[in-house]
Amino acid sequence: MSELEGRGAAWTEERGTSDEGRGSLKAPRRRAGDTADAGARYQGGTQTERELLMLTRMVRIRLFEEKLQQLFAQGRLPGFVHLYVGEEAIAVGACSVLRDDDKITSTHRGHGHLIAKGADPALMMAEIMGKRAGLCRGKGGSMHIADYSLGILGANGIVGGGIPIATGSALADSVLGRDTVTVCFFGDGAANQGVLLEALNLSSVWQLPVVYICENNGYTEWMRTQDITAGEIADRARAFNVAASAIDGNDVLAVQRIVRAAVSRARGGGGPSLIEAKTYRILAHNEGEEAFSGKYRPQHEIDRWKSRDPIAGFSSVLLTHPGMTQDVLDEVWAAEAAVIAGAVDFALASPEPDPGEAVEDLYAAGGTA
Amino acid sequence: MTAMYFANAIARGLSEAMAEDDSVIVIGEDVELSTIGATKGLAESFGKKRVRNSPISEATVVGSCVGAAACGLRPVMDLMFSSFFYVALDQVANQAARLRYMSGGQVRLPLVLFTGTGPSGSAAAQHSENPHPLLMSLSGIKVVFPSTPADARALVIESVRDPDPVVFLLDLMLAGSRGEVLDGGGGVRLGQGVIRRAGDDMTVVAIGSAVPLALTVADELAVTGVSAEVIDPRTLVPFDWPLVFDSVRRTGRLVVADPARRTCGAAAEIAARVMENCWPELRTAPARVTWEDVPIPFSPVLERAVTLSAAKIRAAMTAALSPAS
Repeated sequence: MSELEGRGAAWTEERGTSDEGRGSLKAPRRRAGDTADAGARYQGGTQTERELLMLTRMVRIRLFEEKLQQLFAQGRLPGFVHLYVGEEAIAVGACSVLRDDDKITSTHRGHGHLIAKGADPALMMAEIMGKRAGLCRGKGGSMHIADYSLGILGANGIVGGGIPIATGSALADSVLGRDTVTVCFFGDGAANQGVLLEALNLSSVWQLPVVYICENNGYTEWMRTQDITAGEIADRARAFNVAASAIDGNDVLAVQRIVRAAVSRARGGGGPSLIEAKTYRILAHNEGEEAFSGKYRPQHEIDRWKSRDPIAGFSSVLLTHPGMTQDVLDEVWAAEAAVIAGAVDFALASPEPDPGEAVEDLYAAGGTA
Repeated sequence: MTAMYFANAIARGLSEAMAEDDSVIVIGEDVELSTIGATKGLAESFGKKRVRNSPISEATVVGSCVGAAACGLRPVMDLMFSSFFYVALDQVANQAARLRYMSGGQVRLPLVLFTGTGPSGSAAAQHSENPHPLLMSLSGIKVVFPSTPADARALVIESVRDPDPVVFLLDLMLAGSRGEVLDGGGGVRLGQGVIRRAGDDMTVVAIGSAVPLALTVADELAVTGVSAEVIDPRTLVPFDWPLVFDSVRRTGRLVVADPARRTCGAAAEIAARVMENCWPELRTAPARVTWEDVPIPFSPVLERAVTLSAAKIRAAMTAALSPAS
């Protein structure tokens, strides 16, 4: 694991310098007090401390998603949710090498990306419940959460919808001479959208600082992706002279290693990359699918991937570090459970939006039509 | 004052906008060469970093403008023909028009999607569209549709300065016409319509290339003693409703000339709002002059049959004044 050492490995938590003077990114709006991150203590820490923070984020994502699963089953969530359980290593591995002023675009299965990039779980939970204190004032919901103050350009309800946006974010960096990069998360389903091929072409021609990360979780909605997808996804990038690799998406350190190289290449002017991270969707396409989906995949397949749980695997690695004990890991789970419980309490206590707010926020210049 | 064609007026406006703000860039197919002429000379003046030929990938280029606008640029994309909006519609309708609202107002998206629009003479249905009714109904996209080169210059500058997504439509029926353009100043706000011709007997709201047609007819009818007021809204989103309502309250009659299909067109919206707001003052039913509800056909004969003409506008204006109506 020597490649993890050295400068730049720390997962920085402090707000970076963004381009707020001319840019469109607004300053942070509000923070939910005691549930806000206190990750800055890991800055400059040891490798063990940094990796423990990565585990902490993976656990936070897991518990956040499991809580949503429970709330949905209880009928306490408006709308529907797509959960990220089993894919945590990709978001955390990727975001662990990003600066706060780097940007990401996310997907309909986006909670993990947001948490990994530092979004406040309480403000996310309030948004998913449609509350006024939510990150988007209750106007976006699960599939469209964004926190521009953290460079999170939004989850996206359209499969592949974020791919051109990430490309444009990188174009802005390129034109304005900034050294920030953009990571574009998308799924195997989006790999079959034309905009991916268009964006690979455009970003390659213009050598844009963007890293496309395909989270291949094996299923496009309820269809086996291999049944509706020709060739290898990584090969599509190679056709456009975009650096490409396929990796084990359940190995957070492998993800971190390859994304660090891709981000470094982009930041240094070396252009775009595509990484296909192979993983598995442990839970439903969307919660509640059993009402119509039937049994569309074999139990042994699910069980096999559950045995490759990215959090369990990473925990085993961490336990080989000098001084690391199961008690420390247990404490992570307990602390994160408290964070999620606090997030739920915060969200439940948040007021509903005023109906009059429905006509606000359409135009920056004001007015509704 | 200089007499110039629409495209030159827009190119001048873009040049002024680029000179005043380094974050303005121009992207699109052949923007260096500029087929319509609206971006002509910009690459030479501002360099290829800011004036960028793009591949024919409308969806991704529009989406890239959305992402770039969210991250500090003010992109202007030239889509060439407005029919091509439909190729990019996800990025227009689901992204550009939605991201600010869905984020609870966190982000500004200052981008301009410029395009030639409407029939230009046997271009047929995939190069003759007028998408403004669709865009008006999206909520989240501003729509600029000028009828004079002077307004085109002024409004392109305002569109670039605006913090929201703007679609800027150059009516191709007007591309060959010239008009006086100010050498500086002369700003027109988005949402600021104008009375092109004052009158007392009826209000004619005309859009894009319908404006000069309506003015011609109004002048002809003046000889017969009819006094028609012609309003050019100039921008459809935002729309200068008070200007129209005040006029109709004086004249009691409304004719809308809208170069678009009839169903759910701008004319339908304008007529409905006038009825909701000016019903007591209306002396006769509002009338619409629109395309037929068909795609624009290729044959010159058929194209003329379904699009606007002075004769159709004259018939509607005359009917509005007849005692039987």
